[in-house]
Amino acid sequence: MSEIESRFEEELGARDMPDPREAQAPHHEHPSAKEYIRIGVILAVLTALEVATYYVDVGGALVPTLIGLSVVKFALVVMWFMHLKFDSPTYARFFMMGLAGAATLYLVVLIIFGIFPVE
Amino acid sequence: MADLAISPEHGAAGAQDEHATSTGLPNTKIAMWVFLASECMLFGALISTYVLYRGSSQTGPYPDDVFDIPYTSVSSFVLLASSLTMVLALASAQKHDVARMRLWLLTTAMLGLTFVGGQVYEFTLFYDEGLSITTNLFGTTFYVLTGFHGVHVTVGILMLLSLVSFSAADRLPHDAAFPVEMVGLYWHFVDIVWIVIFTVVYLIPTPSPAPA
Repeated sequence: MSEIESRFEEELGARDMPDPREAQAPHHEHPSAKEYIRIGVILAVLTALEVATYYVDVGGALVPTLIGLSVVKFALVVMWFMHLKFDSPTYARFFMMGLAGAATLYLVVLIIFGIFPVE
Repeated sequence: MADLAISPEHGAAGAQDEHATSTGLPNTKIAMWVFLASECMLFGALISTYVLYRGSSQTGPYPDDVFDIPYTSVSSFVLLASSLTMVLALASAQKHDVARMRLWLLTTAMLGLTFVGGQVYEFTLFYDEGLSITTNLFGTTFYVLTGFHGVHVTVGILMLLSLVSFSAADRLPHDAAFPVEMVGLYWHFVDIVWIVIFTVVYLIPTPSPAPA
């Protein structure tokens, strides 16, 4: 280990800081082009299923099916194409905060406008 | 410590962000994710408003009168395909294959332009059928939501074309993967917003209008 590396290790230890070389590196390699194409095909199939619900009567299962399919598509894009599955969990935490904020906002709007009446 | 932060030994950090942080993550990437989180709030508000006023219009045209699901489905496939070409551009950038990276970036921009063109055409058709932003609650919430999304796609196209022109002018760093990844994050976010809009606005049937 070179002198500069030893000094670096000491400073990190003394300040209880994460090692940027570890935090910086993806937890796993990003997917290959083949994997991206496989995910793209899955997304296309899921979209085709969504569109199929417009032509096929699925009765009361329509809304849950559509919401389920869009949640799966959303997750696939975020996890694979935006690499949250492979990158530092810190990024995922920031994004989840945004999603939680949006969900809270949605609930607050519903409450304020009386869909869930306030006593 | 400062000399350590930018030393060549720590090139992975240096290549992406010259300022090492206490998190060890590049500031630019953290900033992009925080920005996308704030965008979730923006679109959350717009989608909430659309859902809240769904089926509340007292006068037509109503969604069933104007929506053309097969047409919008093609637009959705186009935007989805653009997300795939975007990650292929990133994969090429990571392999330092500049020619292929430019090709995929241009393809992504063209697919984005096709989507925006389709949206402008759709808006024109709706307007001709009597649906303007002031016609009824459906028109107001629909145009504001999808219009904001269209503006985001347009900004994404400008970012993609800027990347291509910077690359052509040799103004991108040797490792162009990082800027491509940042633009890609924004582009995929625009795609996931459309995934939600397509389901909530177009595919989930709107209840019949309340009698006046």
